[in-house]
Amino acid sequence: MKKPLGPVRRAFSPWDNPSEQPFIEFCNVTKRFGRVVAVDDLSLKIYEREFHALLGGSGCGKTTLIRMLAGFEVPSEGQIYLQGQDLSGVPPYKRPMNMMFQSYALFPHMSVTKNIAFGLEMDGLPSREIKDRVYDMLALVRLEGFAKRRPHQLTDGQRQRVALARSLAKRPKVLLLDEPLAALEKKLREETQLELINLQEQLKITFLIVTHDQEEAMTVADRISLMHMGKIMQNATPGEIYEQPNSRFVAEFLGDINVLDGQISKKQDDEVQLYSSVLGDHLDVHYPTPAEVGDHAALAIRPEKMRISLDKPEQTDINAIRGEVWDIAYMGDVSIYHVKVAETETLRAIVANTTRLVQRPITWEDQVWLSWDSDAGVILLA
Amino acid sequence: MLSRPSWFNITSLVVGFSFLYLPIVILIVFSFNDAQLATVWSGFSTRWYGGMLQNEQLMQAVWITLRIGLTSATLATVLGTLAALVLARQGRFFGRSLFSGMIYAPLVMPEVILGLSLVLLFVAMDQNQGFWTIMIAHTTFSMCYVTVIVQSRLSEFDRSLEEAAMDLGCPPVRTFFHITLPQILPGILAGWMLAFTLSLNDLVIASFNAGPETTTLPMRIYGQVKLGGTPEINAISTILILLMTVGVILASVLTKRQRLKRMEEERLAAAHL
Ligand SMILES: Nc1ncnc2c1ncn2[C@@H]1O[C@H](COP(=O)(O)OP(=O)(O)O)[C@@H](O)[C@H]1O
Ligand SMILES: [Mg+2]
Repeated sequence: MKKPLGPVRRAFSPWDNPSEQPFIEFCNVTKRFGRVVAVDDLSLKIYEREFHALLGGSGCGKTTLIRMLAGFEVPSEGQIYLQGQDLSGVPPYKRPMNMMFQSYALFPHMSVTKNIAFGLEMDGLPSREIKDRVYDMLALVRLEGFAKRRPHQLTDGQRQRVALARSLAKRPKVLLLDEPLAALEKKLREETQLELINLQEQLKITFLIVTHDQEEAMTVADRISLMHMGKIMQNATPGEIYEQPNSRFVAEFLGDINVLDGQISKKQDDEVQLYSSVLGDHLDVHYPTPAEVGDHAALAIRPEKMRISLDKPEQTDINAIRGEVWDIAYMGDVSIYHVKVAETETLRAIVANTTRLVQRPITWEDQVWLSWDSDAGVILLA
Repeated sequence: MLSRPSWFNITSLVVGFSFLYLPIVILIVFSFNDAQLATVWSGFSTRWYGGMLQNEQLMQAVWITLRIGLTSATLATVLGTLAALVLARQGRFFGRSLFSGMIYAPLVMPEVILGLSLVLLFVAMDQNQGFWTIMIAHTTFSMCYVTVIVQSRLSEFDRSLEEAAMDLGCPPVRTFFHITLPQILPGILAGWMLAFTLSLNDLVIASFNAGPETTTLPMRIYGQVKLGGTPEINAISTILILLMTVGVILASVLTKRQRLKRMEEERLAAAHL
């Protein structure tokens, strides 16, 4: 997390508790549009008060999934449950959840107040209460001075907050957000991410957010479902999904990672040795894996877990290989070293620029050592 | 940047506009002609405007034309809007292209054929020709114009607005009246105006379907001209032209003002005011 958040995030992990009932459950849901399979036999459990993110590239079926939950699309197969109740046949206007649309979908012919009050008026609430609730919502998103404006008289950021207020006004059990921040510029987007987290803590409702931005998903979510071609590749907390990816796809989707192909050459419990033919070297890994000796596997190490030095590291219980600096990318806060360790293999190491050096101690074409701890990498089988 | 117009441009402009407007200017000038004969100028007078109001046949024709115009435009707008909704919304259904082709057919169908076929229909149904038959005939051919206009408006309409309304608990029919209708209203109004104007202008189809007691204004004017036109006809035509012009100018000024205001407000919003 980039900025302090006020209250520290609560310890929250109902998914680890087998007796906990899911709040929302997708059971073997498939959605076909003609020949296109948008969502493919997908199952997912989301728990009460969870902030869940659906992450994935464009066209992987995120929007379709969330639209099925809201009731705008009907699953071709499978069921969706909310608090154990089958939602099939329940029209969108009777589902106790609200959606914030990517385009915001604010009603252009209504003022900000009218937009926010719309859902409450549909519920037939007394006008006194509607007024209070609208006022609360305006205060929540800090738009008190804008009540009488029309949507076209607002900036993008203000429109986004009106859309948020409108979808929260009915106090839904679930808030669905489809790429809610995609239209905002970077700085505003980061601020709004933190506001979303605070709102969710404050209102204690379940949030399901769709995004293609991995940083956004990592920042806001309790758990992330990484989607690819209508399937969930991995569903885990941001930490787990980053540190313990279950496949090469997941590892490479989130941030940068070095992947070395090889074969398991030795194994004792969690102590594994992988032989890399490119390096001609045995690498030690401490990682639980079902693979057996002789199986093909890959070792994946994040660049920030790699160390780079001119001299051979003295420790002997770590992995160390020789290479030549091929390229250096200066990013301001960090520098990325591309080190050629074999004719066909270049690995990356990230080094924090802790001092303001004009001259780098390690520079182009230097002969260097790359080293990492045996528990820094993970074994990938797929 | 204004560039100096070339002689070629000025000439083509003058010729083009003369071609368009000279007959109308002559019509207007002669409506103030004192003489009984429409072709000889004998001094300025407004007496035909007074005479026009005294001419009972003419006034009756105006009244019938207005009634037919108002009812047929309204009916055509309702039916045309419904057709546009189905075509824009229903996605693909069996016979969609046939249906949409049939909606557009009257746009290109010769009026004579349309008029004739309606006569045959009304005769077969044993209907007396009169107000109703003209009204229905006008509805039939102006409805497709409404459909075209409303459909283009609907294609710009953001459907997520309807989804947002339903998401907030609004059932489909209410959503139509609360959200969709206000958004496509300008298109519907424009469609109504066009249908009304088409009905006012129509001579051919009305002639086919008129009964002995129902003579519309275009029919009356045409008949009078055949008998040797009176300047009263010129007078009432001038008034029609005036009304149309005022309507068009008013509409364009209003939309332009609205657009300017909107642009200004968007500019202010972007400047964080
Ligand atoms: N209404 C639709 N009709 C046909 N194909 C659709 C429709 N909606 C989505 N798709 C297809 O389904 C796939 C998933 O789309 P979507 O859920 O919008 O992806 P995402 O939101 O992850 O970008 C895409 O291939 C898309 O073209
Ligand atoms: Mg999408």
